[in-house]
Amino acid sequence: MALHTLTLDLAPAAPKTRIQARLHVGVTGSSDLEIMMHPEDLSGRVAVTVVTPVTGFDALWTRVLQKFLDDSGLCDARIEINDNNATPAVVLLRLQQALAAA
Amino acid sequence: MTQQDKRNNWRKRAEDTAARKEAAAPLYAKGKEVLAKDTVALLEAVIRPFDIINIEGNNQKQADFLAECLNKVDRAKIHDLHMVQSAVPLPAHLDLFENGIAKKLDFAFGGPQAGRVAKFIANGKIELGAIHTYLELFGRYFLDLTPRVSLVCAYKADRKGNLYTGFNTEDTPAIVEATKFREGIVIAQVNEIVDELPRVDIPGDWVDAVIQSPKPFFIEPLFTRDPALVTDSQILLAMMCLKGIYAEYGVTSMNHGIGFLTSAIELILPTYGLELGLKGKCCTHMILNPHPTMIPAIEEGWVDTIHCFGGELGMEDYVASRPDVFFVGPDGSLRSNRAFAQTAGHYAIDMFIGGTLQIDKYGNSSTATAGRVAGFGGAPNMGCDAKGRRHPTDAWLKCGQELPSLDRDIGNLPRGKRLVVQGVETFGEGRAPVFVDELDAWKLARDADLPIPPVMIYGDDLTHIVTEEGIAYLNRCKDMEARMAAIRAVAGFTDIGLAAKPEETRALREAGIVKTVSDLGINPARANRDLLAAKSMRDLVTWSGGLYNPPARFRNW
Repeated sequence: MALHTLTLDLAPAAPKTRIQARLHVGVTGSSDLEIMMHPEDLSGRVAVTVVTPVTGFDALWTRVLQKFLDDSGLCDARIEINDNNATPAVVLLRLQQALAAA
Repeated sequence: MTQQDKRNNWRKRAEDTAARKEAAAPLYAKGKEVLAKDTVALLEAVIRPFDIINIEGNNQKQADFLAECLNKVDRAKIHDLHMVQSAVPLPAHLDLFENGIAKKLDFAFGGPQAGRVAKFIANGKIELGAIHTYLELFGRYFLDLTPRVSLVCAYKADRKGNLYTGFNTEDTPAIVEATKFREGIVIAQVNEIVDELPRVDIPGDWVDAVIQSPKPFFIEPLFTRDPALVTDSQILLAMMCLKGIYAEYGVTSMNHGIGFLTSAIELILPTYGLELGLKGKCCTHMILNPHPTMIPAIEEGWVDTIHCFGGELGMEDYVASRPDVFFVGPDGSLRSNRAFAQTAGHYAIDMFIGGTLQIDKYGNSSTATAGRVAGFGGAPNMGCDAKGRRHPTDAWLKCGQELPSLDRDIGNLPRGKRLVVQGVETFGEGRAPVFVDELDAWKLARDADLPIPPVMIYGDDLTHIVTEEGIAYLNRCKDMEARMAAIRAVAGFTDIGLAAKPEETRALREAGIVKTVSDLGINPARANRDLLAAKSMRDLVTWSGGLYNPPARFRNW
């Protein structure tokens, strides 16, 4: 299965949350995804890489991640996502769970 | 007397039935038993072209042997049958139309054959009467769609024709009563012919022939959900439902529709539900098939009563061992009954909760998709406000009191309202948006030439939508504009959701018409499988004390 890689450079509306250590939640099971986050000084921005088997949803990924950043204020971090057909609901939940585990 | 004598013959149906039975007379083996090998000949003897015929079958048990035999009749003798039946899930049901034996169809549920139903309507092989709900179709059996011959199924029969339908009684009483009391003919396939039945579910003088089928009738474990497949986001939705709806309204009686969301709710009753203090206050009276995922809550003493539409494979012994909860007969086994469970589901319960494939911007929802005429079975009976209801309960009254528009049609009279809840993720399988501008049901109606788009739940009956974004309390909306705004607010990243205006959503949240996960005070980090009282099929067996016996395909340990 060909994988599609999406790279995003995003910033929260109001930066306020920084993670201190590397985080890992989820597994790349069917309809699920794996998220890794680690702190990195990116002048308040967040770098995201999504590896997914599905194409055609780049705008949706951007919206979901932007909402997560706006809600949480997460900044200065790198997020790596290995997706296996997760719905936006699952993506958002896993992101929230990752941050809650920090 | 002389006046009466001038009248026409009032016993034509009885005479016709007698003639048909006489043609079948040589085929009887002993008593009412006909051998399996003579089944096709029996059907050819008692069925006539253009007859209204019922083959028993719903989303669970199936008179599959009789359906296959009906396909083998000589189509020069038997053709243009009008099939009236709950469901057409077996290939044999549609083969009848392919083979030119049947022509017209009135039904409630298409299931796996939904694609063929749509195709056959489009190419003229099926003349569609209408798509019904179960209860509506049963009603028409006693009105204008009374079967001339019914082909039913039972576990056991004796040679007098008495039937034991037991755990899976389901539709049989409704079909047989309608058929036999208008001089129709009832033929039953049974797994076994015995000398003595555990109990009589259908009296023998209502049954014309019994046939021991070569193999037991097919039965689908439709309501079995493996807890191992429940996802965190389903658990999040389940937490929102319990806190924002079950607790908010104090819902005691309900039906849980099919799906993983309701399984998740059932599995967190003994954990999160307990924490919310809902035990004894919610889910005490349920109209429900014997869902295996209810076992932990039942074992923890949550439930007073469950009445069942049908049985569920593997739950026989567990149910028989909990007669305080289930409707168990003097013989010690459950009697399900779809007509009565649907009646309770329509009139008596306070809430229906289930899922759907699509919800439009007005709040109408449908599981119909282009190219599939699936029907809705019983969901619309329960997913609606029964206008004939007259008994008040707290949940029903509260839901009604919140309606700002109640005075529009009935002035100052208080009236309650059924809670009808749809729980969905904003995107479904294959990231297909659940919230849409126009339901696929419209396209289906155009393609299959249906007079109206098949809608499962109409917007004016829907009171709550639960998504990962939050709960829309549609019953608190004063008009269509407010309702559409509330729907947009919980529609996430779908095109409908993207049209939400932040200031409008903020106002709806302040008014308590929309509540987000954080408004509800729910921590999404807690939405994980640790909350499930049972995490696997094996856990369910353990909870049941070994009484639950899952079908082979669910035995994954």
